[in-house]
Amino acid sequence: MIRKNLIPAWPLILAMVLFFTGPLVLLFGISLRGPDGSWGFGNFATFLSDGFSRKVLFDTLWLGLRVTALVSLVCLPLVMLYWHAGRRMRGLILIGTLLPMLTSNVVRTFAWVVLLGRNGPIGQSLAGLGLVERPISMLYTEPGLIIALVQIEMPFLLLPVFAVINRADRATLDAAETIGAGPWRAWFTTILPQILPAVLAGWVLVFAGATTSYVTQSVIGGARLIFLPQYVYRQVGVLFQWPMAATISILLLASTGLVMLALALLSRNERLQAHG
Amino acid sequence: MAEKRTLEPGFGAWSYRIFVWGGGLLMLAYLVLPICVALLMSFNSGATLAFPPKGLSLRWYAALLDPVKSAPLHLAALNSLKVALATVVVVTLITAPAALALARGPRRLTSTVEPVLLAPLVLPALVYSLSALLALSLLGLGTSFWTILIGHSMVFAPLMFRTVLGLAQRQSVSLEEASATLGASRLRTFVRVSLPGILPGVFAGAFLVFMQSLDNVDVTLFLGNPGQTMLPMRLFAMLEESLDGRVAAVSGLLILAAALLLITLQRFGGRDAR
Repeated sequence: MIRKNLIPAWPLILAMVLFFTGPLVLLFGISLRGPDGSWGFGNFATFLSDGFSRKVLFDTLWLGLRVTALVSLVCLPLVMLYWHAGRRMRGLILIGTLLPMLTSNVVRTFAWVVLLGRNGPIGQSLAGLGLVERPISMLYTEPGLIIALVQIEMPFLLLPVFAVINRADRATLDAAETIGAGPWRAWFTTILPQILPAVLAGWVLVFAGATTSYVTQSVIGGARLIFLPQYVYRQVGVLFQWPMAATISILLLASTGLVMLALALLSRNERLQAHG
Repeated sequence: MAEKRTLEPGFGAWSYRIFVWGGGLLMLAYLVLPICVALLMSFNSGATLAFPPKGLSLRWYAALLDPVKSAPLHLAALNSLKVALATVVVVTLITAPAALALARGPRRLTSTVEPVLLAPLVLPALVYSLSALLALSLLGLGTSFWTILIGHSMVFAPLMFRTVLGLAQRQSVSLEEASATLGASRLRTFVRVSLPGILPGVFAGAFLVFMQSLDNVDVTLFLGNPGQTMLPMRLFAMLEESLDGRVAAVSGLLILAAALLLITLQRFGGRDAR
């Protein structure tokens, strides 16, 4: 027998504790330090009592919720197509999902700068349809940012769902159709419940991605749309307000964490568990 | 797999088909077309990045290679390549042995440690890098090549941990036991039996780590040496200043790299699926 040797695992675990967990504990610590040197939740109170800060927090969560909802809507037909598709089509959809995820941030952002810009196809076709007088730029606007974020976050919902839909029980769908359910009802009552746990996992990733994507938010959203990541960066890079930056980061973590927790509790729900 | 389902004709069936095929293909286009647009723009021959391109040429790829005009870009690329390569080495050295050991260790321990080691994948990189910068400033240290290296290694280690752990857990322990029973030394067993089993995972992980490190903004922004521009920062600066065609050319190269990665992963994935 080979003796179980765990020594090779120690360097990674130690490095994680020292270089990953350590700084995060420090961050939490400094967020509790007030401007006058006292300790407590003063920074949190200051942040939440400021109207502008509250608006930024609210805008960020609202952006995340809208992107998550839209991603779900947009992914639904694609997931159903994947379910009905043959082997070759499934491969094609899978490549189409992985390619945008594996290409660089720079590429995705660049593509959307071109697509949303004044001379881009979206602005031109809106003008061509007579909806607007001349080609408009959707860069630096909230709808433009959401359109880009939805495309960027789609793979994070699709991949977990594709991973479980292969194992979904086809017999239940056949049974539903045999006893007279239409195609809509059959799919939504038999297949959808089986993939719901994966959908919840995907939502967590999409929400976290949309609320914390500093690059997309600042390059596509522009300087006028401010969300928590830019707000944090400004506190450190411009104002050198470490405790406040730490406080905002903790709030960002806490708010995304709360959404994740809510989703995790939801997935423990018995009705979902019965199929999962 | 591709069995045709006979649907009763009726409004429900038709609307369902239109939704699934029409909607599904439309959304697939939404997902993929931006990448195609970026690729198309890289071959555009015009001076501006207007869509659609007026003509096709390789002029922006040539401009990318121009040693004088693109010197800052080359320097940034070199800096990023150095960090990415060093990150791959560090991550491989600490992660692959850990994943292998944990896969063979007590199941309880592995399931406790695994989520902790995967945490950097879920935690916003921005928050982590801010906290790392805070720790550095409390210690009175500045940012340098080494701080980016540690930051990237911590944030991207889970990528390789996952690919290696997956393969190591599927590999049968009895092979290693057989090797030991037949009198092979521990080192020999590792090199001849364990290592070949996890190698595809190491390669896939290394490629992922390399690409992510090359592309990363969040960690690099905070932990980077202000005197040394990294590739993504340089590209974003070019993107914001003027729509430079060279950004398109770099995008073209990065898309090619992603496609290559995809083909490699599918090869490996396809092999152990069978």
